[in-house]
Amino acid sequence: MFEALTDRLTDVFQRIGRKGRLTEQDVDEALREVRRALLEADVNYRVVKDFIAAVREQAIGEDVLRSLTPAQQVISIVHKELVRVLGSERVPLTWASQPPTVILLVGLQGSGKTTHVAKLGHHLRGEGRQPLLVAADIYRPAAVEQLRTLGRQHDLPVYDEGTQAKPVEIVKHAIKLARERRLDPVIVDTAGRLQIDERMMQELEEIKAAVRPSEILLVADAMTGQEAVSVAEEFHRRLQLTGLILTKMDGDARGGAALSIRSVVGVPIKFIGTGERVDALEPFYPERLATRILGMGDVLSLIEKAQQQISQEESERLQEKVLTGTFNLEDFLNQLQQIKRMGPLTQLLEMLPGVGQALRQQQVQISDDEYKHIEAIILSMTPEERRHPDIINFSRRRRIARGSGTSMAEVNQLLSQFKQMQRVMAQLGDMAGVGRRRGGLRGLLGGGNPLAGLGDGGLDALMSQGMVPGGMPPGPSARHPTAQRPKPKAGKKAKKHKKKRH
Amino acid sequence: MIFSRFFRRQTQPEPKIEAGLRKSRRGIFRDIAALFERSEIDEELYEDLEALLIQADLGVETTVALLDNLRQRVRREGIKDPAEAREALRDEMVALLEEATRNRKVKIYQRGVPFVTLVVGVNGTGKTTTIAKLARYHQDQGRSVMLVAGDTFRAAAIDQLKVWGERLGVPVISHTPGADPGAVVFDGMQAAFNRGVDILLIDTAGRLHTKYNLMEELKKVRRVIQRHVPEAPQEVLLVIDATTGQNGLVQARMFTEAAGVTDIAIAKLDGTAKGGIAFAIARELGTPISYVGTGEKVTDLAEFDPETYVDALFFGDDEEA
Ligand SMILES: Nc1nc2c(ncn2[C@@H]2O[C@H](COP(=O)(O)OP(=O)(O)OP(=O)(O)O)[C@@H](O)[C@H]2O)c(=O)[nH]1
Ligand SMILES: Nc1nc2c(ncn2[C@@H]2O[C@H](COP(=O)(O)OP(=O)(O)O)[C@@H](O)[C@H]2O)c(=O)[nH]1
Ligand SMILES: [Mg+2]
Ligand SMILES: [Mg+2]
Repeated sequence: MFEALTDRLTDVFQRIGRKGRLTEQDVDEALREVRRALLEADVNYRVVKDFIAAVREQAIGEDVLRSLTPAQQVISIVHKELVRVLGSERVPLTWASQPPTVILLVGLQGSGKTTHVAKLGHHLRGEGRQPLLVAADIYRPAAVEQLRTLGRQHDLPVYDEGTQAKPVEIVKHAIKLARERRLDPVIVDTAGRLQIDERMMQELEEIKAAVRPSEILLVADAMTGQEAVSVAEEFHRRLQLTGLILTKMDGDARGGAALSIRSVVGVPIKFIGTGERVDALEPFYPERLATRILGMGDVLSLIEKAQQQISQEESERLQEKVLTGTFNLEDFLNQLQQIKRMGPLTQLLEMLPGVGQALRQQQVQISDDEYKHIEAIILSMTPEERRHPDIINFSRRRRIARGSGTSMAEVNQLLSQFKQMQRVMAQLGDMAGVGRRRGGLRGLLGGGNPLAGLGDGGLDALMSQGMVPGGMPPGPSARHPTAQRPKPKAGKKAKKHKKKRH
Repeated sequence: MIFSRFFRRQTQPEPKIEAGLRKSRRGIFRDIAALFERSEIDEELYEDLEALLIQADLGVETTVALLDNLRQRVRREGIKDPAEAREALRDEMVALLEEATRNRKVKIYQRGVPFVTLVVGVNGTGKTTTIAKLARYHQDQGRSVMLVAGDTFRAAAIDQLKVWGERLGVPVISHTPGADPGAVVFDGMQAAFNRGVDILLIDTAGRLHTKYNLMEELKKVRRVIQRHVPEAPQEVLLVIDATTGQNGLVQARMFTEAAGVTDIAIAKLDGTAKGGIAFAIARELGTPISYVGTGEKVTDLAEFDPETYVDALFFGDDEEA
């Protein structure tokens, strides 16, 4: 599943690449893969439909058809659109002008409400507030005790009246108490309920009418499937939700439900729950969730950055050089250095979809050292040698090998591979037109360069990243794929439970 | 709602549907019936069917497979009438579930050896409540039951199980919060032997299948159980929330690997979710769905029946109207 979409899209465009021209049908074929990925991520069927329609329009408008890197282009458009729907800016909690601010957590059974009441309390106390937690779930066995326990464990005051009082009364009394004791906010735990349970939904409406909460947050499980929309719609219709908390994101659910809810109901995602412990609460980052919904690690931020910064002229200039057979070792060095600036090579490669696949399949190990060698060899050449490798005779080779701290054999290998590469380039140039497309450029590096060990898939991916003509911008080093799920902060509270649960 | 009517417990009078729980809802599967009212079988019909199956969480792969089978049958058997095609699809769906049901082991309740059910699943699916329901179910069959509070992690999880124990008049073996689950289970096994109970139901903490240590913990619990009764746990029940999407398949795979899941219970089928991931699980893993939960009361449990389930999917809301 992981990275499946990129692999599949790369496949699609590889097939298309062989054909040469990209048509609208080709784009549609690619979008079918996107559609599948979204459905597998539990994005609602209807939402997917609208979404694909929107992306298709852009894809065709944005000249994917003529792009050098159509797979990445499509993914980039999809990703951008996902981020847009998810809501690109963070929406903070609303505070009442008259304290205390009341925050009501609602949702289906078992979605994580009680836990998140405690998490929110803990989080807001960290911001200098003095929260009061309220146990208004009088139905589920030991629900009150659950919140009390959490309060005790984390020094958060909990208001409860056992299980005999009416929830609306409990909440009213809690607010009165909060006012007296200057506690703010008041965070209310409610019982889990089905959105079709008329009586229970009325109960929430009553609470809302009585205490006018500033925030009514729907707590939804990241593992929820297609019904997320009906659930959210109904809760919203009855209560006018102000936000969403997406829980259990520490698992491997892709969380498409959040996209569905966001796009149908429109309320912002305010927090993400990433564990059972009270400190496992995070702000929401749309890019991360978009990436995750697509099932692609952290590749996208990389691609995005690259695509933003590759100048069109630069890429065209290089293409021109390739096609006219004037691509030389200097250009090659340039490319290598730009790739390198992205971060440690192996890490970088893992993040590249096609390469990741190739590495997994072939167990290829590429050391950063190999690159250093190649770079050193080229750097030991004179500019004249780089531009015209043909003049490098035996004695020049010996000098280069010595100067770069490598062996003659390595220098020879590099030169012969480069020569092969130039030959392929020349052929490409002859096949006019074809070379204008990525498909034509495909054989380019595969023909003979030091990266050949990567295999076809790997090179292809490099190509489709826009990395090889085009180059990478200097910038912060690439993030590791796992960085998207930040580790919980190891605080004092965290340690208490560490033994049992991690 | 559909399901609470279809799956009513045989041993109990029909649970009365509270007026407050009535709701107005367009079940998507009622649309299936409507779909077949057209005059011919065309591509649009298949497309609409695809939409409906995916919206019931069957997943792309299972949906495509079911519809491929349907296409083949339509071609092979020369089916022209959409109504007939509907029957064919219904049969395909029932057959898929029945194949898994056939894998269900016959439950043998031996005198003197406790029948152990280990209940597992991700967080908040309905494990503890299902245990209470199962306890009631066995009580109704005249079997003696004991519960083990194996969730020592979640706040007040032990209290939650004790409340159910009290309501049902069933003993609960427990340790203090934070204790080693293996140790509680050990005591539970011992107590079950000593008191000669027929059924031992073990609650466990909800855990995401991605957490290595927690899955290893389940393996350990299994070993503790087997030290007392080699053939136990005779039943390892994975509880899946009916609202679960495609992640349910991974859950089933991982819990089966770690804990040897023998049966699946789908909880919360009283909501609007269809629990369609059960089809994907049945298809890929062949794990039988044995129980469904249709409410929060101890009586809201029924044995799973493929035909009833599929018919509820197809015709569910018609009856309610
Ligand atoms: N509507 C409905 N709610 C259910 C059903 N089964 C369980 N619930 C509710 O779902 C919530 C979670 O149930 P629990 O039994 O505590 O779930 P669990 O899997 O033990 O949860 P953790 O131990 O916290 O992982 C509770 O509010 C239950 O009342 C069902 O069949 N229908
Ligand atoms: N892994 C994980 N578990 C969670 C998260 N939030 C809640 N839970 C667990 O989900 C289960 C149900 O949570 P609870 O707060 O009782 O849900 P409620 O019924 O909505 O109040 C409990 O086992 C919690 O420990 C989360 O973000 N990640
Ligand atoms: Mg709760
Ligand atoms: Mg439980």
